[in-house]
Amino acid sequence: MAALINVPPKARRGEIIEIRTLTSHIMETGFRHTADGALVPRDIITSFTCRYNGTEIFRADLFPAIAANPYLSFFTVAKQSGKFEFEWIGDNGYSSSASASITVE
Amino acid sequence: MPTTRRQFLNLAGSVTFAGAIPMVTLRPLEATPAMLTAAIRNVVGEAPVRTGKVKLDIPPLVENGNTVPLTVSVASPMTAGDYVKSIHVFNEKNPQPNIGNFYLGPSSGRAQISTRIRLADTQKVVAIARLSDDTFWQVTAEIVVTLAACTEEMN
Repeated sequence: MAALINVPPKARRGEIIEIRTLTSHIMETGFRHTADGALVPRDIITSFTCRYNGTEIFRADLFPAIAANPYLSFFTVAKQSGKFEFEWIGDNGYSSSASASITVE
Repeated sequence: MPTTRRQFLNLAGSVTFAGAIPMVTLRPLEATPAMLTAAIRNVVGEAPVRTGKVKLDIPPLVENGNTVPLTVSVASPMTAGDYVKSIHVFNEKNPQPNIGNFYLGPSSGRAQISTRIRLADTQKVVAIARLSDDTFWQVTAEIVVTLAACTEEMN
């Protein structure tokens, strides 16, 4: 699935950088009904993880109260050049990943 | 969405009669303050929760509860010895009291997260931060919601 990742391509060593992610997902709450009264089954992303050169730096548990197309922004210290890996896991076996690289000077 | 007790009972009755869903749950649709308290206790245990240190940026009046921007920041030096371990966000009146749990560490550099949330009603939102010394700090915001999210009918 499509994900938008915003990581600065370059940073100075020790700089605090913001990482923003947006992924496309319906985030069906499981609390809605159709017009004829049937419950719409829940389908949400339950977990998001960000790893920086293999080390987990941010993780989130998500609930139905997170809006559709989950947006998350968080910070980290730029330590060395390398790769950020992002993983979204959800209901019905949903899994999606993305990555972005950074050059640290 | 059944809005009055009568509509709800009618709906519950018709569902039972049709036999489509034999088990009619009378679970309240909104998280009661008791559910909110239970959800918070689930995270903090018996530890006291003090007010302060945490800042919650959320519009006081939202027209559309389907996507409400939210930023939580915590006053913390974010050093190896003094940092924010996690941030937990709760609501009072959505069908479920949890919004999200966010796990940080000393390498986060800044204790701040942003996301977009759904709000089903005019209600309180509570953000709680767990620091590295296992103390808990909270902040509460009141948000007026014009158009509710979460439980609207599907088209």
